[in-house]
Amino acid sequence: MARGTSRLQLACVAVAVALGLTACGSGGIKDNPSGASGGKDCGDLRIAVNPWTGYVSNAHVIGYVAKTKLGCNVTYPDVKEEVGWAGMASGSIDTIVENWGHPDLVKKYIDEQKSVEDAGPTGGKGIIGWYVPPWMAEKYPDITDWKSLNKYASLFKTSESGDKGQLLDGDPSYVTNDEALVKNLKLNYKVVVGGSEASLIQSFKSAEKNKTPLLAYFYEPQWFFSEMKLVHVNLPKYTDGCDADPAKVNCDYPEYNLNKLIAKKFADSGSPAVDLIKKFSWTNDDQNIVSTYIAKDGMSPDDAAKKWVDANPDKVKAWLG
Amino acid sequence: MSTATAPPPAPPDRTASASKEEQPYVELGKKRHTGAKLAGIGIFWLVMWLVFHNQMTRALGLQDTTPFHEWLNGIRDWVQLHGPDNWFFGGVLGFIGDFFNAVFEFLQKLVSIPAFPRPVPEIGWLGVVALATWVGWAVAGLRSTILVVVTMLLFGVFGLWQDSIDLLLVTIIAVVFCFVVGLPTGILMARSRATSAVVTPVLDIMQTMPPFAYLAPVALGFGIGPTTAIVLTCIYALPPMIRITEHGIRGVPDTTIEAARSLGLTRGQMLRQVQLPMARRTIVVGINQSMMAALSMATIAALVNGPGLGKDVNAALQIQNIGAASVAGILIVLTAIMLDRTTTAASERSESMGRSGVASVSGPGVMLAGVVLERLPRWATEEAGKGVRQPRLTSAGRWLVRGLWLIPTLVLVYFSRQQLILAQFPTRDDWPFLKYIDGKTVTKLVNDFSNWFIDKVDTFTLALKNDLTNWLINPLQNLLAESPWWTMALVLLAFAYVLGGWRPVVTTLVCEAIIFGTGLWNDTMITLTMTIFATVLVMLTAVVLGVAMGRNRRADTAIRPILDAFQTIPPFVYLIPALALFGASRFTAIIAAVAYAVPIATKLVADGIRGVSPTTVEAARANGSTKWQMITKVQLPMSRNALVLATNQGLLYVLSMVVIGGLVGGGSLGYIVVSGFSQDQLFGKGLAAGIAITALGVMLDRIARYAAERYGR
Repeated sequence: MARGTSRLQLACVAVAVALGLTACGSGGIKDNPSGASGGKDCGDLRIAVNPWTGYVSNAHVIGYVAKTKLGCNVTYPDVKEEVGWAGMASGSIDTIVENWGHPDLVKKYIDEQKSVEDAGPTGGKGIIGWYVPPWMAEKYPDITDWKSLNKYASLFKTSESGDKGQLLDGDPSYVTNDEALVKNLKLNYKVVVGGSEASLIQSFKSAEKNKTPLLAYFYEPQWFFSEMKLVHVNLPKYTDGCDADPAKVNCDYPEYNLNKLIAKKFADSGSPAVDLIKKFSWTNDDQNIVSTYIAKDGMSPDDAAKKWVDANPDKVKAWLG
Repeated sequence: MSTATAPPPAPPDRTASASKEEQPYVELGKKRHTGAKLAGIGIFWLVMWLVFHNQMTRALGLQDTTPFHEWLNGIRDWVQLHGPDNWFFGGVLGFIGDFFNAVFEFLQKLVSIPAFPRPVPEIGWLGVVALATWVGWAVAGLRSTILVVVTMLLFGVFGLWQDSIDLLLVTIIAVVFCFVVGLPTGILMARSRATSAVVTPVLDIMQTMPPFAYLAPVALGFGIGPTTAIVLTCIYALPPMIRITEHGIRGVPDTTIEAARSLGLTRGQMLRQVQLPMARRTIVVGINQSMMAALSMATIAALVNGPGLGKDVNAALQIQNIGAASVAGILIVLTAIMLDRTTTAASERSESMGRSGVASVSGPGVMLAGVVLERLPRWATEEAGKGVRQPRLTSAGRWLVRGLWLIPTLVLVYFSRQQLILAQFPTRDDWPFLKYIDGKTVTKLVNDFSNWFIDKVDTFTLALKNDLTNWLINPLQNLLAESPWWTMALVLLAFAYVLGGWRPVVTTLVCEAIIFGTGLWNDTMITLTMTIFATVLVMLTAVVLGVAMGRNRRADTAIRPILDAFQTIPPFVYLIPALALFGASRFTAIIAAVAYAVPIATKLVADGIRGVSPTTVEAARANGSTKWQMITKVQLPMSRNALVLATNQGLLYVLSMVVIGGLVGGGSLGYIVVSGFSQDQLFGKGLAAGIAITALGVMLDRIARYAAERYGR
């Protein structure tokens, strides 16, 4: 017994040594040259990552360019919007690269505290509204007009909405006027809260597959549109100020010009990344391409960003010029 | 252990008929005319519902807030604006934040992220695995060591090495902190009843308050980063450590204390030489439970940029990738199992050490002992007891053996610092055979399977959801949520009185006042409906599975690992499949809660059934009981205590899932907590909803506990 184990022990050590020796062939570890390529002094760049895939695309494309061209040390803290704004105010976050309006936060942080600055539009257009799965728009062509919603209310009945039609709301991150809209447009519907983006997307998937009716709150740009062309239901047109009193809203959501935000402290730091963020601009389609790489093709956000940047050198050059 | 009736506000007749099994506690109630009293309350309730239907329900719109919510918002705004200059928020909390961030970053550079200017961490994967293996072997023996090696290799094989190690680091830092704070607190509580009375309610709140509710406030205080993750984890992981330590110190027999005192030991000596050594095993259990609680916070801490595998689960959830979420989820489960088995084995070993002064060195330790014993100097060996030929190792000798094994370990650490392939875990490009087992492969397997499965059964499950919701959940919810608030308040008080006497009435009244004050009465009633329904489902499942497990060892061996997995896998992982099967609905929220609560309840029922004395079972069998009679007339009634405890625990576990339910269509309090975390102007409302959930939990728990005492035996 004793002899057997001592052999075992020897074998263990031998294997360890062998492992080490064979590994020698693959080369040792060399230190990184100080800083990365760019040569400029960029330092840290902390891009908040809000929890939707379109945002991840913006963040990683900017981050990839900042890392490879400017030599920044980029990190991506995962936070919700509200926490991201607060983080910029307290100095733990440098930038938010896709902001959807948030007039209350704009007032608080940009106008009053002056701890956050607007860094210009992303070029993307944000659309919020009510959507139905494609099969419904095909079968009931007039459903895209809000006036016929009451006619179809009984179709949308579910176990959650009782004898009314169901209007599924999703991500609690957005301010929705849906309860007021239903009331003010005298629709025979009940707002049911799905509670997450995941529950909205899964609901659309099931509805299209099983040809069941669904009316839900959704938004563009969204990678999911590359998988399924949801159809927008037109509410009464948005006019300036029609949503001024939240209780009396009776019009569609405005189109958002998505913008970027930058922490005051970071803007004053003189980092070359400040310019990059301010100049960054692309389209919904650009973003959807990167988002599809991530969400459907299962690429890592960095690989997806690299693929897009390599394919679009001109656009990237404009941001750096 | 205590005993109670059905989940308090549920009409008992419903529970009994639904379970189709004679529940012992229903019978028991008769003696006190509980049934008649409950029926009386029920009639009052129904009449009030008919008369005042849908009036004074205190319903609040989705985006509406109350002055209380606005007041909480005001506090938040003040902290945000003045925090950095305030001595407490900027000074104390800021210092704690910087300290933990620094410690965490130091450890990360050591083992998980590139330590500049090196492109890799100071110690590569092979070195980390070797060190962990050595630690596992030194404290816990061969079996645990194998588990450690396999788990840690899978971290790399699944391509999530860095996040896995980060999660381990967060867990270890949090648990060390919990130990440093929890041990003295637990000792203090064991020695002073007053301290115990003050601290216990605080622990209750820490355990029942949904973590989502304090996510935003903690992030506000500590900023965004590892510290927030560590603090969040500690809030949840500290109570078990403190409670179990208190229990352990209290559990030292009085006779022992007396004997020690008669020898003239001071209080300090008593603690160091008697109480702590004797409570050692229990304290290790406390560490174990603390670790499990810490891991269950992984996905939630990731919502405020907490490092670790939770990030991967959340990212996968965003793109609806069940497979990728599962891969990260599996690693969290394996980490939990690894830490659980290792600490359990360590506690068993420390117990045997405490008893005999000599450890039973297991596995390779024994083998190695055979090799080295003859060559060891005198001081390292001692004569073992009778009948044992080989001399055993003394404590010093054991450490010598461990030290010898450290040499090859350090050799591997050295290599892992030198060679890239040993520093950075290889991918399928480096080692082609990995393509059969790596993360991408498993992701695809899981996705293919879940798509196939969902496709086959979803029409059936959706119909099931509709029927159960229309026939059971909706009527019950109408009764609870559409009655005037004062009717519900009276009904709950009456239930508390009938089931538990005066003491729970006081708690119930206080909790009702708090819920009313939060302005979320109506939402609380909807949440209560789902809680009751989920708890009934949990108990039905737990009794069926628990009886099977308690009666049959093989069933136990087959079912238990599945229960373990469901207890530790982050619920976020199964949210997408649940949504696909049942749609965004309250029922889905209930199913998620049931999936989380069934394991604990089942284990308790199984233990109860197994605990029924074999002589009783034998006697019943001799009298010619059929299998069915044996279960319903003997085994279930005899394990009443366990059933009641299972109901109580099931209820609390269900409540802890209310917020997760809000993510999949559960609405009510859970949704409000989530939206409070997401929308600036709903911060206060979300926090208020968290308070309401806590109050609801404490109320239900107290009613059940006192009822248990009353109907105990």
